[in-house]
Amino acid sequence: MVSLTINGKVVQAESGEMLLTVIRRLGIDVPALCQHDAVEPYGACRLCMVEITKESWNGWKNYVTSCLYPVEQDLIVQTHSEQVIELRRTLLDLMLARNPQTPLIQRLAAEHGITKTSYTEVVEPDDCILCGICTRICDAMGFHAISSVNRGHGKEIAPPLHQPPQDCVGCLACALNCPTGFIRYTDDGRTRRIWDRTFDLVTCEKTGQGRVTREFAAFLTEHRGIPEEYFRVNDESHRKELAQTMGDITNSTREE
Amino acid sequence: MRIESVKQLVALQKELQQQDKKFARKILVCYGPGCLAAGAEAVGEEFVKQLKKRRIKGVSVEALKKTGCHGLCEKSPLVAIEPDKILYTKVKPKHVDAIIDNTIRSGEIIEELLYEDHETGNRVAHYPDIKFYSHQTRIALRNLGQIQACDIEDYIRVGGYQAMAKAITKMKPDAIIDEITKSGLRGRGGGGFPTGRKWATCARVDESPRYVICNGDEGDPGAFMDRAIMEGDPHTVLEGMIIAAFAVGANDGYVYVREEYPLAVVNMQRAMDQAAELGLIGDNILGTDFCFNLHVSRGAGAFVCGESSALMKSVAGEIGEPRAKYVRSVLKGLWDKPTVLNNVETYANVPVIIDKGADWFTGIGAPKNSGTKAFSLCGKVRNTGLIEVPMGTTLREIIYDIGGGIQKDRPFKAVQTGGPSGGCLPAEHLDVPVDFDTLTRLGSMMGSGGMIVMDDHTCMVDVAKYFLHFLVEESCGKCVPCREGLYQLHDLAVKVSDGVAEDGVLEKMERLSKSIVIGSLCGLGKSGPNPFLSTIRYFRDEYEAHIRDHKCPAGVCRELITFTINPEKCDGCMACLAACAYNAITGKKKELHIIDQEVCTHCGACVSACTREAIDVA
Repeated sequence: MVSLTINGKVVQAESGEMLLTVIRRLGIDVPALCQHDAVEPYGACRLCMVEITKESWNGWKNYVTSCLYPVEQDLIVQTHSEQVIELRRTLLDLMLARNPQTPLIQRLAAEHGITKTSYTEVVEPDDCILCGICTRICDAMGFHAISSVNRGHGKEIAPPLHQPPQDCVGCLACALNCPTGFIRYTDDGRTRRIWDRTFDLVTCEKTGQGRVTREFAAFLTEHRGIPEEYFRVNDESHRKELAQTMGDITNSTREE
Repeated sequence: MRIESVKQLVALQKELQQQDKKFARKILVCYGPGCLAAGAEAVGEEFVKQLKKRRIKGVSVEALKKTGCHGLCEKSPLVAIEPDKILYTKVKPKHVDAIIDNTIRSGEIIEELLYEDHETGNRVAHYPDIKFYSHQTRIALRNLGQIQACDIEDYIRVGGYQAMAKAITKMKPDAIIDEITKSGLRGRGGGGFPTGRKWATCARVDESPRYVICNGDEGDPGAFMDRAIMEGDPHTVLEGMIIAAFAVGANDGYVYVREEYPLAVVNMQRAMDQAAELGLIGDNILGTDFCFNLHVSRGAGAFVCGESSALMKSVAGEIGEPRAKYVRSVLKGLWDKPTVLNNVETYANVPVIIDKGADWFTGIGAPKNSGTKAFSLCGKVRNTGLIEVPMGTTLREIIYDIGGGIQKDRPFKAVQTGGPSGGCLPAEHLDVPVDFDTLTRLGSMMGSGGMIVMDDHTCMVDVAKYFLHFLVEESCGKCVPCREGLYQLHDLAVKVSDGVAEDGVLEKMERLSKSIVIGSLCGLGKSGPNPFLSTIRYFRDEYEAHIRDHKCPAGVCRELITFTINPEKCDGCMACLAACAYNAITGKKKELHIIDQEVCTHCGACVSACTREAIDVA
């Protein structure tokens, strides 16, 4: 355990914990757009930056991303110093120039008093904020189907060579975790389409509805040891079956 | 053949020196990048042809050495004759005959091929007497221009691999690290971090394997020091790396070279093959227990991959994006293992320090900045080229003595050091000593050693715009302040340059810069606003002239200048008229020409064409 001071309050934390975790546990609102519990911290959006110092630093201060700065004994943290707020406002002002029509960015910017960017808006804006959650989740799943391509202001998220990605299994981890809903997909219960690739779904023997792509089911069977039979009925049918069984047990116990 | 012991290495050196004595004279043709571009290869081939044909006693074809960069690129192609120390400049294949007839045979000097001192008009026969060379001290570049490029035998002949032999057979790893620490050697890649301390930290970590990496990703516009070393003297880099690996306990090393340096990639690999063949890298080097393998890793030309954490990701085959370095790469570097990363020039210094000792090294340079620094001197200076000077040499000495002053004796305006993330220093700082700490204090930095000299025809807003554009292109795009912030900072600089910036733009740019400096993830972003910050610090008036008066005082920013023909000077030669692609100039032969301002695009072609300087730019 280490003890540190956050906004004047002395708190205890497990060593190895990141500052942001502790800050949020205290109920302090620090924005972070590229942070996601399922993946390693990334430090790209910079919104979670805080001011740190120590008594022993003789007045020297540093600004660090709290999402990947591990707690330290005697650290003194300010989450809303004047400089930190100025930095967050600038970052949101810049983000609003890139994503002027994205509700998430609009809302965060508005919370910091910015309704219109003071910089030059991009000509054809989209909703991708380049937080990298999609690619990191895809990597964590073990597929590496998409990645960031190009660099600098022209950076974007795409499958290799902008072709339908061969390594994608259509699991939707990228789309469902995209904070702005930029990654689109369609799903009619029989087929699913994402990244310009169409996947057949394994349909439920009971309902005829599909939930999992064939490729994803095959992957889970081969690499995660989930029996093939599991996918023959979908989760909903599983739940219904389970509820039925539980109900039956309860009824039978009552009867006893 | 394998060298199994120090004794055998020394014997080989003696044998090679003996062989060398049979040459009455040696012809050193510079095969550096500048000379090759100017046609050195044709000169070299002509020499080979003539030497084969003529069979001169004591000067066989082997007496011809194709060397690395000799330095004075301005006068390329260069041919040096040793031991006479004669330097011929701007040599063409047609001169080869005369050089062989006069100089090679009888030591007679050919006046017209000698360097001409612009102040005295005198020809200088011996290159150590040329100011360009006499003010230099060469350590890292010691073999460039002196030995056959990428030739292990020539390297061993001049004492190569002896320092490595001393280190791995006579010294303990701790003693090597102590020696490097005492020498005060600081990272030549720009950061200036004490090399010894870096090695000591790595050696102390209780984890293996460990790695050593050489950063050959030199990407600053106008910088070519590391390239010259990798192409011309790759063995010195290898030797430095082997010593480093032994000191920190690494058995594998990588040389990261950018793909845009094809010859450096080839020569580093060739050097490794040569060293492996002699057993100087590989298993049980010189009969000891020490094993060390080296690999070339090619970079795809991303500037950001010169940043340590991005470079290591690139070596590991991942996307070259930096990570936050709250845990330093010396502790968790390549594949999360302890890693020592040094720059090409740093490694090139190591063998000499081990050979001559830390005390010798600290005797050169300035306090806390021992040794020398290589610079690529370019821009509007008379003698462009590759130089190496003791730390603490003044900018004036570099620009005026070594560089020979500004071309056409125009006024000096600024010198840009430290690459895109560096800054521009004005004339008032010409007498400051060039060292890590002074340059940083003045708002620029040492960087890897690019030095671009600018005259009064350079617009500082335009310079800032150029470097910001470079950084916008080269930002990896991971973090918001660098990706979006530099993009917008460049956008604002363009508005200033175009004369359409609003009042208060400079204050806005300063505020944005501060956020980028504080907020960026890596050094590239943190130093990204420097092109603006250093020019606004010293040339605020020039920015204000663009904004307030819509004028570009240097006559560079196209939207703010007009071209007019001076009736006093124009002789109606029609050269400008022919040069104008837009037919904006009218006039008859021997009559005054007129530029139609409605049609003129301010391209400047007429200015270049006019021989009488009759076109005014304002």
